[in-house]
Amino acid sequence: MTTMIRTDWSEKINPTVRDIPPSGIRRFFDLVTETKGVISLGVGEPDFVTPWHVREACIYSLEKGYTMYTSNSGLLELREAVAADLEKTYRVKYNPRTQLLITVGVSEGLDLCMRTLLQPGDEVLIPEPSYVSYAPCAVLAGGVPVFMSTGMEESFRITADLVQRSITPRTKVLLMCYPNNPTGAVMDRDELEKIAEVAVAHDLIVISDEIYDRLTYIGQHTCMAALPGMKERTLLLNGFSKAYAMTGWRVGYVAGNADFIAAMTKIHQYSMLCAPITGQMAALEALKNGQPGMRRMVEHYNRRRNVVVQAFRDMGLPCFEPGGAFYAFPQISVTGLSCENFAEELLKEEQVAVVPGNAFGQSGEGFVRVSYAASLDDLSEAFRRMGRFVRRRGVRSRVISAPIKIQRPEREGISQSL
Amino acid sequence: MDDLTRQILELLEDNARLTAKEISVMLNVDAAEVQSVIKSLEDKKVILKYLTLVNYEKLGEEKVSALIEVRITPQRDVGFDGVAERIYRFPEVRSMRLMSGTYDLAVFVEGRSMKEISHFVSTRLSTIEGVISTTTHFVLKAYKQDGVIMEDGEEDRRLMISP
Ligand SMILES: Cc1ncc(COP(=O)(O)O)c(C=O)c1O
Repeated sequence: MTTMIRTDWSEKINPTVRDIPPSGIRRFFDLVTETKGVISLGVGEPDFVTPWHVREACIYSLEKGYTMYTSNSGLLELREAVAADLEKTYRVKYNPRTQLLITVGVSEGLDLCMRTLLQPGDEVLIPEPSYVSYAPCAVLAGGVPVFMSTGMEESFRITADLVQRSITPRTKVLLMCYPNNPTGAVMDRDELEKIAEVAVAHDLIVISDEIYDRLTYIGQHTCMAALPGMKERTLLLNGFSKAYAMTGWRVGYVAGNADFIAAMTKIHQYSMLCAPITGQMAALEALKNGQPGMRRMVEHYNRRRNVVVQAFRDMGLPCFEPGGAFYAFPQISVTGLSCENFAEELLKEEQVAVVPGNAFGQSGEGFVRVSYAASLDDLSEAFRRMGRFVRRRGVRSRVISAPIKIQRPEREGISQSL
Repeated sequence: MDDLTRQILELLEDNARLTAKEISVMLNVDAAEVQSVIKSLEDKKVILKYLTLVNYEKLGEEKVSALIEVRITPQRDVGFDGVAERIYRFPEVRSMRLMSGTYDLAVFVEGRSMKEISHFVSTRLSTIEGVISTTTHFVLKAYKQDGVIMEDGEEDRRLMISP
């Protein structure tokens, strides 16, 4: 009897999983870690450490022995605090007992939404460029991603018209992701209202990833669920990672109608049981006492945003002004390089890491994502290096225009005699 | 205080070397406006001075500092201020505050040695008329000063690239 020595296990892997392409960021990550002296503007998380009062509250909870499971839905006190926060901020009311589920970050919440809603072949409309998880999560749940491509000309915003044009008889879900990673785009209320009308008219469920909601610098963030007629058909995703600098704690939530939440809770209870209690305790402290600290961080991001926008202007790289999140998305095609080549050569020549735009979808080609979740010192040094790099590629920095001479209007008639 | 003033002060308190131009970019306002706000704050002595926070320990410099609790007798008309001035005018006194509680003045003194500080307390401070008593506490270690942690081990530990 001979046993066959297997060398390739991949045929055993579910083809749906096997065929998901590896993350575009992964390959670049290896390159960056091999390089020395890198300033990284490629980080998708706050550069602030979680505020001390939150960390201290977590240590206290450990001392008190909070090391057990919580209810599947998460600590009731935390759900109540989330509900109160949503009501205060957006005037949307959720019942903390039936309409809220605490998840392991928005990441799990997103997966739960897709798995709960999608049947094989159901189409999910996804703006592009956008965060890397949306399409794979849809595919893993049997859905079909349909991308709505946006460009710099329309400030990387989708329109009701674009949504309308992308709808087919199989469309079930519209995914919204503003403020946007990687572009920093934000939506205005008027257009969101029109999009909501389209969603209602076509009976679409909206999954709205609003993890950057508090990091809005231009205008005010509109919560999708707060629009007329939208609360019931929206699954609102949010969490603590960005606003409170709590990425590693893995706490987020989904808010939605009781039927959806009950269904999602079923998946969550069997696959996750509950979000970690330590993270939940910390999140509760962040909601109770973290608002002033959060606003200070937002103020810091906004100052850096202004610095970044000015830096690209000076460099001569076209960049639309991001209204939210902590990313800028400059157009680098003027250098004649593809986004991957730009990122690679910038890394090799100047040791600055940025993320190629096509990691966020085809329409990200020609752009790179620059994260300004970095210290001002690092930002200014990085921009000095980047400026050198693009000058070598023939990009001319903005010509400082001479002050415009204001021509005096010819004086005439009676005014002359005054 | 208006918001622009608040933000300018906050930025300068954190980094006094920022130029008006740099601040104007961060706050997205006109550089001339920032310049004039700073100038007026300086003129009004709202901004008193731009300092550098130095950790001399790193240079192996011996510096001794002490907190001296001083009880004094207030005087007619001037209260504590008269005696206080006689004390804070000494260059050895780095900072000084009037306190509520069991003593009156918290006097921070710096010197090259314990001996030097003891000498200052016994010959200068305690002999001033109106000083009732002094209690000297020598500083063993500085952990944090003016909001800055002296040895902050919290470096950037994030992954270099993340989505
Ligand atoms: C748009 C967006 N959604 C979701 C996430 C993941 O968030 P969480 O840490 O809550 O899982 C990120 C993190 O980068 C993100 O940028």
